[in-house]
Amino acid sequence: MINTKDILETINMIQEENLDIRTITMGISLLDCADSDIDRACGRIYDKICRKAEKLVETGENIEKEYGIPIINKRISVTPVSMLLGASGGDPIKYARTLDKAAKTVGVNFLGGYSALVHKGFASGDEALIKSIPEALAETERLCSSVNIGSTKTGINMDAVKLMGEIVLESAIKTKDNGLVGPSKLVVFCNAPEDNPFMAGAFHGAGEPDCVINVGVSGPGVVRAALSKIPDADITEVADTVKKTAFKITRVGQLVASVASERLGVPFGIVDLSLAPTPAVGDSVAHILEEMGLEQCGACGTTACLALLNDAVKKGGVMASSHVGGLSGAFIPVSEDAGMIDAARSGSLLIEKLEAMTAVCSVGLDMIAIPGDTSAEVIAAIIADEAAIGMVNSKTTAVRVIPAIGKKDGEEINFGGLFGVSPIMKVNTCSPAKFINRGGRIPAPLQSLKN
Amino acid sequence: MRAIITVVGKDMVGILAKISTVCAENNVNVIEVSQSILQDMFCMIMLVDVSKCNIEFTAFAEKCKKLGEDMGLSVSAMHEDIFNSMHRI
Repeated sequence: MINTKDILETINMIQEENLDIRTITMGISLLDCADSDIDRACGRIYDKICRKAEKLVETGENIEKEYGIPIINKRISVTPVSMLLGASGGDPIKYARTLDKAAKTVGVNFLGGYSALVHKGFASGDEALIKSIPEALAETERLCSSVNIGSTKTGINMDAVKLMGEIVLESAIKTKDNGLVGPSKLVVFCNAPEDNPFMAGAFHGAGEPDCVINVGVSGPGVVRAALSKIPDADITEVADTVKKTAFKITRVGQLVASVASERLGVPFGIVDLSLAPTPAVGDSVAHILEEMGLEQCGACGTTACLALLNDAVKKGGVMASSHVGGLSGAFIPVSEDAGMIDAARSGSLLIEKLEAMTAVCSVGLDMIAIPGDTSAEVIAAIIADEAAIGMVNSKTTAVRVIPAIGKKDGEEINFGGLFGVSPIMKVNTCSPAKFINRGGRIPAPLQSLKN
Repeated sequence: MRAIITVVGKDMVGILAKISTVCAENNVNVIEVSQSILQDMFCMIMLVDVSKCNIEFTAFAEKCKKLGEDMGLSVSAMHEDIFNSMHRI
């Protein structure tokens, strides 16, 4: 029998330190649902999702009970809808309603893939889909949307950047009386991964199989607790401890992924070994950084601590799983992390520091509330800056900012539930309008002479 | 399939008896038991065989949890593989 200490360690991780499987996400290709008739395409989409994901929630719940590990979310990602819209034309909102209805029927809490990939330019269907995002997110409940506007191999599509600045703002205006749910379900990516199981940015890439199971693990509380046991260790030992802990966390993800894929008869895709915080006490990435020795997240040294954390999580996790993918690293969503919320409230964490942190974390500027009067050009310029970091560093970066309509910096907004609370952060308001309005493309960066 | 039942809480009379009774009632065979008492905290770990369990394992795990709540203890019954996968390569 396994020794008592190991058993109690596992139990303690789950019961005291918030270890959980954050999501089982079923990726479903909708390419075979494409049709020149939009209504027929919608019918096929609904049938396929309901058929493939019929037992997803039930299977997830059974694994949860059997193995005693909480599985917080069961979700679906689908082929970027712009590809279907390209074939059918018509009103994209029909797709949004169909997907939302399918998500409700199978009982998943989010469905991602109301997306377009426009990093080099707009194909048929892309622009119409993007322009429909604000309405789609306002009208539906469980739909999530993402747009990829740049990549290391193609550069940044500045026409799309400009458009997304307007779309984010419009999305906020459309849902201002509904908790600003629009922009909190909309992610703008550079180098978007095709197998990411985490919302709101999940979609099922065109290179993926017909149907696949991807699992996202979490567990910032476990890492923090492990570090709290070595308060005086040097940084080498800190990195080693993070690695060992990430290994254990990921093993659980691998187990759940393989059991789920076997029971559902769907191939296993990847485990995404991300540290995804929640607003719950003890589930914060910022607190890990503080445990490493910072007075508060945002202090000088934060970027270095985060770089260490992000890298050690990957190193530990890679050996624990047969296939690692998605975003894999540490997330830093401000409103979803108790430590980040405190740091933003106290003025220690500023948006500029967050931007620097995104150069070494796994995603980007995430769940950040900005003043409601921020112009579309400024939002577009935030997206451009963030995409530039991703493009040059060959990594995924993303922007999910929430223009808090009718509020100013210093105030707070409460999104409720997993989305948390966010102090509204001050944004530099000098106008980048001329730059944004030029349009065109930022050429792909050189991959040599790296300095 | 084998599972591990863990019981943690304040020591009192009859913990082992009650847990064993639930196992017996549901045709769950106890393979190994290890228990220790640190100060007055009781900690017991049981390896059990649930392959002949007369109810669904998830229902059995619920029953164990419920029994723990009634006795003011933390009781969990979990598939053995979660421990194996985390602590063994």
